[in-house]
Amino acid sequence: MTAGQPRVVVERRRVAVRGLVQGVGFRPFVYTLATELGLAGSVTNTGQGVLAEVEGRPEAVAAFCRRVAGDAPPLAQVASVEHEPLAPTGASGFAIAPSRTDGPQLTLIPPDTATCADCLAELADPADRRYRHPFISCTNCGPRHTIVTGLPYDRANTTMAEFPMCPDCAREYRDPADRRFHAQPVACHACGPGLALVMPGLPMLDGEEALTEARRLLRAGAILAVKGLGGYHLACDARNGGAVARLRRRKRRGAKPFALMARDLGELAGLVRPGPAEVELLTGPARPIVLLRRCAGPSSGRPGSSSTPSDAAPEGVAPGSPDLGVMLPYTPLHHLLLAPPGPGLLVMTSANLSGEPIVTDDRDAFARLAPLVDAWLTHDRPIHVPCEDSVVRVVDGEQLPVRRSRGYAPLPLPLPVPVRPVLAVGGDLKNTFALAQDGYAWLSGHIGDMDDLATLDAFDRAVAHLGAVTGVRPELLAVDRHPGYRSVRHARAGAGRREVRTVQHHHAHIASVMAEHGLDGGHPVIGVAFDGTGYGDDGAVWGGEVLLADYDGYSRLAHLAYVPLPGGDAAVVRPYRTALAHLRAAGLPWAAELPPVKACPEDELRVLERQLERSLNCVPTSSMGRLFDAVSSLAGVCQRAEYEAQAAIELEAAALAHGPAEGYAFGLRPVDGALVADPAPVFAGALADLAAGAPTGLVAARFHGAVADLVRTVCRTARERHGTGTVALSGGVFANALLSSACSRGLTADGFTVLRHRRVPPNDGGLALGQLMVAARAAAGSAAT
Amino acid sequence: MGHGGGGAMSAELVENVFAPAFGGRVLAQLGDSAVLELGGARLAFSTDSYVVRPLFFPGGSIGDLAVNGTVNDLAMSGARAAYLSCGFILEEGVETAVVDRVARALGAAARVAGVEVATGDTKVVEAGHGDGIYLNTAGIGLVPAGVDIRPQRAVPGDVVIVSGEIGLHGVAIMSVREGLEFGVEIQSDCAALGGLVEAMLAVTPDLHVLRDPTRGGLAAALNEIASAAGVGVTVSERAIPVPPQVANACAILGLDPMYVANEGKLVAFVPREHADAVLAAMWAHPLGARAAVIGECVTAHPGMVVARTPFGGTRVVDLPLGEQLPRIC
Ligand SMILES: [Fe+3]
Ligand SMILES: [Mg+2]
Ligand SMILES: [Zn+2]
Ligand SMILES: [Zn+2]
Repeated sequence: MTAGQPRVVVERRRVAVRGLVQGVGFRPFVYTLATELGLAGSVTNTGQGVLAEVEGRPEAVAAFCRRVAGDAPPLAQVASVEHEPLAPTGASGFAIAPSRTDGPQLTLIPPDTATCADCLAELADPADRRYRHPFISCTNCGPRHTIVTGLPYDRANTTMAEFPMCPDCAREYRDPADRRFHAQPVACHACGPGLALVMPGLPMLDGEEALTEARRLLRAGAILAVKGLGGYHLACDARNGGAVARLRRRKRRGAKPFALMARDLGELAGLVRPGPAEVELLTGPARPIVLLRRCAGPSSGRPGSSSTPSDAAPEGVAPGSPDLGVMLPYTPLHHLLLAPPGPGLLVMTSANLSGEPIVTDDRDAFARLAPLVDAWLTHDRPIHVPCEDSVVRVVDGEQLPVRRSRGYAPLPLPLPVPVRPVLAVGGDLKNTFALAQDGYAWLSGHIGDMDDLATLDAFDRAVAHLGAVTGVRPELLAVDRHPGYRSVRHARAGAGRREVRTVQHHHAHIASVMAEHGLDGGHPVIGVAFDGTGYGDDGAVWGGEVLLADYDGYSRLAHLAYVPLPGGDAAVVRPYRTALAHLRAAGLPWAAELPPVKACPEDELRVLERQLERSLNCVPTSSMGRLFDAVSSLAGVCQRAEYEAQAAIELEAAALAHGPAEGYAFGLRPVDGALVADPAPVFAGALADLAAGAPTGLVAARFHGAVADLVRTVCRTARERHGTGTVALSGGVFANALLSSACSRGLTADGFTVLRHRRVPPNDGGLALGQLMVAARAAAGSAAT
Repeated sequence: MGHGGGGAMSAELVENVFAPAFGGRVLAQLGDSAVLELGGARLAFSTDSYVVRPLFFPGGSIGDLAVNGTVNDLAMSGARAAYLSCGFILEEGVETAVVDRVARALGAAARVAGVEVATGDTKVVEAGHGDGIYLNTAGIGLVPAGVDIRPQRAVPGDVVIVSGEIGLHGVAIMSVREGLEFGVEIQSDCAALGGLVEAMLAVTPDLHVLRDPTRGGLAAALNEIASAAGVGVTVSERAIPVPPQVANACAILGLDPMYVANEGKLVAFVPREHADAVLAAMWAHPLGARAAVIGECVTAHPGMVVARTPFGGTRVVDLPLGEQLPRIC
């Protein structure tokens, strides 16, 4: 690379890099790499990715081809690098050429990304011109997805368009050697957005004053609305029991756990003990909420009755839960807010009412959050796309998404087989939809519950926006088969002349795991789909299903025996009803001393008996989620569910606290070619243990063991009959880490290949991916109708 | 419940089977009664069949229902019922004393409603082919000049009024039929609404829509109006009068009171300028003493009914299906 060195051979290559390589500082990276290697040539953005031509010594060209993927910037995701030789032109110097927008578009918008270490260093450096700037960002970090208003991804098409760059920022933006080269959200104190603290009846504060007062208010126990990346949060000091209780009351939150934001890992000492994989997630660029087992959980899994945990966070943050949902700051504003003197641990919960979309609009925030908060810490950079915090947990060292949203959306998922342009509308609660075409699917962030008109509107806006940034024009709609789903009615109403295909709920769950593991569908899998409720082809409510499935179709290998679900969703919120239904189905008496009998008010008990007898508003169900509810109630763990899956989560906590135990045994009998698993012996076993004075935890542990044994037995039988050695686990029940681990361990010991979710949630948040795989594969033949 | 449930399935039968088979301009209105021009008079004409079990229940009987149901269907066009026909379909072996009790209840109800039973018919079917007694009634009445009440006339700005507490009939029937004891006896609200409608029309002939929320309850009635008129309907959950015993029974059984049948209630879509006066007139009538404004007709979300929850949410209220299936996954 020294000038004057004799040039013996010179080579020129065209290098095409595909994947997530735009809006992530890829061209400056190429520029720097080429210059460092002494190469001449150019680099440009095209609709397909980044295209470079490099010329120089062969070993330098080879090093470039290797390092262009290996050393890519942190936010880039290189899908492929292709290169071909060209005739050398004798060119010198390296240039960044203007974008070429010819040809088909496959532009990928990056997700929003946590503030990087370089920016944090500047944020803390009094000599830096962005010292304490709440909106500091660079090509390696900052808002992306939530500020994009259109394509191409340029400042003019973001909500930063209304903040013209100052000369200093403009210089950095234009300098290929700068970390802020073409960083669309670049800003500084001189030209960027500003903070404001709004307090009812008091003058508005801005800048440092706003920040200082906000922190003072938090320390004093106030509840603040804080504008973040994808929406507003409600924040209060997590160590202030009164403030937490007030927030819970104002938000009508029931017992549902609040997410926490901690200043740093040190702040979590005594609360949780994250392992290496968890630390990586906590500190990584996506910054999801990570569900972590608490150090000292509630002793019995019962809210209210637990001993005071050794952690300093009040029990009210997550009553009865074995986990704490924790995240670290991901915007500069968060870092400034949580810095010493604190508070160093905040409750940070989405600012919305249950099931409604998160509040993003400032006027909405002032109007709708007024009854909830004491003040608003806000700013003037608009949020264009709502995006909730993601939630993940680590199971057996692997990431298990619980909610895939900020930091992940709208990253596309590669598909194992090409699909027609399709909109898969997902499920009704925790709705997430997907657009897909050819080899990619774009999953939306978490939208909300489709009961709500505001959610339906948010759904339409999100579909339009994702369509605009991906260019997918769906010619086909994939929906669930449930006749009462609002998502289905909504899709049909808006379908126009486009075809609408229905996909059975649990088939979609299994197809979603298959797709994320890259299965092309050539061989069927044994699909274990355990969830709360899904509409079955026989009109019953399914949810404890073992299917022999590929993308084309499925047959039902095994399922839980049907029991009546008295009052449908009423049983879901009052697990004692399901427990009583199960006891009755098992022929076991409603003895007065049993927890579900004690929990059921006398008049309700009388009516319930008749209701079950007369099968009045009693849908038959094979739901595994409801079986968890029933056992949770029977064991005296949870009688009323104030949030989704509360009874199951608390049962898992009780089992964990107890440790493994020999499982109860389900009855298994063949009916019409399928194995029917009868939980009656499980209930009989649990009753015997309870009568003998066994602790709650033992019943919980033996039940978990029973379900894992059942899965193992059924899968072995399936392999004998069908020769299938791959098992896919899906459905919301597999958010239960204890069960997921136990099933996986047993199946692996039996020689099965076990597929679990790593990229999309096992719950209905992953449903859309499965729907589109079943309904829209380009190849003919489909199980969808 | 199935095709008789008054939900999406019955609507489907009318739309896809009966309307095409019969043709005709009048049936295409799909209202509860038809308004016909005959010899210079405007007549409302309606028929309904009654297959309720049990025949007698707290607050009424199949005889009361057969009169009030048809009288109310006419009243929902603004017509005061004048004459009824009455067909009895008896199952072989039904006791004469039972037939007598039903007939006397029917006669008494007719007198209260101010309608005359002008013609009738009796058939007997084999034992096992009926539930004791089925009744069919048809009725005619005059529609006053200047009155044009149809679901299609709902317009944004209309105020939505319900004449009283909802859910009583459905819960009363269910509790006796299924032997459910809720602690307090729940009485059907079965009543003839002709007089109440007359009192409302005395305020203004310009009532836009009247509907008796029978099968499928308030939810079905509001959805039918919203889709017939192509308007949105917004109601406030808190404003809907649900008696505590109904709320309790529904909570226990897992039902939504908005979907439970009524037999002596109406919903009215009234121009805003007349709403206060109409409401006052309703309060002055015994059958409207608990009348309440529950919502309004809007331009947003056409064809949809939306309930504002006490927590500030906005829940979509769908047309009921045959059965309410759980959706929580
Ligand atoms: Fe599901
Ligand atoms: Mg009728
Ligand atoms: Zn940065
Ligand atoms: Zn600047």
